[in-house]
Amino acid sequence: MSTEFLQTLWFILIAVLWIGFFLLEGFDFGVGMLLPFLGKKDEERRAIINAIGPHWDGNEVWLVTAGGATFAAFPHWYATLFSGFYPGFLLLLLGLILRGVAFEFRSKDASPRWRSLWDWCIFGGSLLPSLLLGVVFANLARGVPIDANRMYTGNLLTLLSPFGLLGGLAVVAAFLLHGANFLGLKMTGDLQERAHGFSRRLWLVAVALVSSLMIATFFFTDTSARLGLASGIVPVGAVVALLLAGYFIGKKREGWAFIMGAVTIVLTPVTYFLAMFPRVMISNTNPDYSLTIYNASSSPYTLKVLTIVAVVFLPIVLIYQGWSYYVFRKRIGHESHLEY
Amino acid sequence: MNPIILSRWQFAITTIYHFFFVPLTLGLVWFVAILETIYVRTGNEAYKRMARFWGKLLLINFAMGVVTGIVQEFQFGMNWSEYSRYVGDIFGAPLAIEALLAFFLESTFLGMWVFGWDRLSKGSHAATIWLVAIGSNLSALWILLANGWMQHPVGYVFNDAAGRAELVDFIALMANPRGWLFFWHTISSGLVTAAFFVLGISAYHLARKQNAEMFQRSFRLAAIIGISATVMVVLSGDTQGRYLREVQPMAAAASEALWDTADPAPFSVVAFFGSSGRDETWSWRIPNTLSFLYYLKPEGEVRGIHDLQAEYEATYGPGNYIPPVALDFWMFRIMVGVGFLMVALAAYALYLPLRKWPEKWVRRLRWMAWAIPLPYIANTSGWILTETARQPWIVTGLLRTENAVSPNLTTGLVLFSLVGFALLYAALMVADVYLLFKFAKAGPEAAMPQTVEPAPAPVRSQDE
Repeated sequence: MSTEFLQTLWFILIAVLWIGFFLLEGFDFGVGMLLPFLGKKDEERRAIINAIGPHWDGNEVWLVTAGGATFAAFPHWYATLFSGFYPGFLLLLLGLILRGVAFEFRSKDASPRWRSLWDWCIFGGSLLPSLLLGVVFANLARGVPIDANRMYTGNLLTLLSPFGLLGGLAVVAAFLLHGANFLGLKMTGDLQERAHGFSRRLWLVAVALVSSLMIATFFFTDTSARLGLASGIVPVGAVVALLLAGYFIGKKREGWAFIMGAVTIVLTPVTYFLAMFPRVMISNTNPDYSLTIYNASSSPYTLKVLTIVAVVFLPIVLIYQGWSYYVFRKRIGHESHLEY
Repeated sequence: MNPIILSRWQFAITTIYHFFFVPLTLGLVWFVAILETIYVRTGNEAYKRMARFWGKLLLINFAMGVVTGIVQEFQFGMNWSEYSRYVGDIFGAPLAIEALLAFFLESTFLGMWVFGWDRLSKGSHAATIWLVAIGSNLSALWILLANGWMQHPVGYVFNDAAGRAELVDFIALMANPRGWLFFWHTISSGLVTAAFFVLGISAYHLARKQNAEMFQRSFRLAAIIGISATVMVVLSGDTQGRYLREVQPMAAAASEALWDTADPAPFSVVAFFGSSGRDETWSWRIPNTLSFLYYLKPEGEVRGIHDLQAEYEATYGPGNYIPPVALDFWMFRIMVGVGFLMVALAAYALYLPLRKWPEKWVRRLRWMAWAIPLPYIANTSGWILTETARQPWIVTGLLRTENAVSPNLTTGLVLFSLVGFALLYAALMVADVYLLFKFAKAGPEAAMPQTVEPAPAPVRSQDE
């Protein structure tokens, strides 16, 4: 295995981990954001939380593994990204901490104030990471100020440019729709109807924001200049899938609506990773300062070790996580035991 | 104040806090697995209720461990970017492997365990908690191999062109004795933490004569595990101490406050230090004992702090290579002292079921709940010792802590994050302790499942 092959492979693997994270935690972030609005009574909120109960923690590990794999395979990428975007990752962490304990804590005391407090923690803890990761990825695709020492020289406001914010809002909208579609699949009766109503309304917002973002990537990134117009098939595909999702939502075909929304969620990070490759941190200070898979990676020996581990264990993870979704495939009904 | 000091405080606070929750998870998950397995084998519903009761407490604790663990994974890059660049080629691998092998396993199967009581067969359901136990303990192994490497780096070369250390022998990293001794010591102390947790809560209920049979069984199991695990902690600690003298002599000398090389070396039982913590004013010494502890015979050279300082100056250039001696000396003594106290308490606990629960002892057994903090004190002082006795190095002999921090951080930013973590963590600790108390006192009934009818007539949920 040549070094370039290993470096490319690990870029793809890290992209896959992020895509897995967007696809899976995307809907449970969406459900978290919808919770206070979709669930009116406490029983309804509990049913909503229990729909993602068995899965949210396992979904979050995709993020942790993406972080760990970046550290192991591209230490300079990990170092520049996490130290550079420090305030963003700090808020992300605070959000994830609140959200994680909120799931566990909220139903363990009957006081309405206690429960409402944690419900809003779930809301904020789902909104903040979605928004921030959207901002982070938009900036990764567009490029940020990085000096000759691989150091990020901007600040938080640099990241919150109009393009960065559009990236953040589009991800929030896509996750909201993904969450509503998921609840459409998992709920029964009144809640199912309400989730469907949210899907319809959120779809309009998602179409507006996601297609604006995809158009903006054409102007704000150098993808088309480097890879040609054919690369546009990915962002166009994301928008087409979203339009199809709207068609299926209208027809109340929840399975297909969810799948089409999922395709959009998958193609959004693919668009970003295409814009980046083979760079991992694009410098808009000077293109020569960019971190690439070639100058930011670990040694070939480490990459080989990691490859062996990933080839053996990633399929096993996919199998048992898939099985856990199979076990909990039923809708949340009257006789379901609520653990959260 | 500067970003280095603040980053060190932030790492210390977030790591110690994280490790309040980890040992209980590591140990208690085996209890739950054993109890549920007995239920599956015997069909005795009492064991199911016990598994659910201790499982409920496990979950409250587990959530805190998980969310504070993510901080650790990101913090290396956020605050210690130079460290990440310098040793990421080696240190990143065990972290990534930990996530892939251990985190997925524990979190996926914990979700199945929590929600799967009526979706899985009895046997499969019990299997999920065993997989959670394996996953969480596997994660301890990988992170301790990573930390073992920072203490005693092996299997690497320094690449001058790249300006960093690079892995050349993954097997050496995986087989590092420092890491395995850590692991043995840590899983034992996890079991001790869980044993005292179960003993304390069971004692509370036994004294109040609530669910006596159930808590007698829990108490007996905890006493058996408690006595075995406290002895394992002592043995592994002893082995680790002797290995420490070989590979990190400065850390060993600091933990004993041995200033001058001696043969035979005396053991300081207590010592007092000047305000700098690096000079001793008075100590009570027992001759030959330190040599005996290290060599199991009354003589043998033990190197002192001054000698090692001179050697390191010759090797690494001028500088202060002396860790905070006073802190390490006392952390070591607190850890060991509490450790032996726990051996004695576990032995006493074992005596109770052997004597068929003498009524006059059981009536006063509530005091045992006060022993629950003991393992926490020992765990924390042990880690403070381990991490500070390595200073000024972040990786022994390879990289100094002061050179490892992210160069782009400002004092204001790190102060902001430090205060943010501290406030959030303090608030969550209050909520966590409140819930643990509530469910520990409520007993097994509160841990049983509830069904909620989203139908017209709203039914009051029964967990009040």
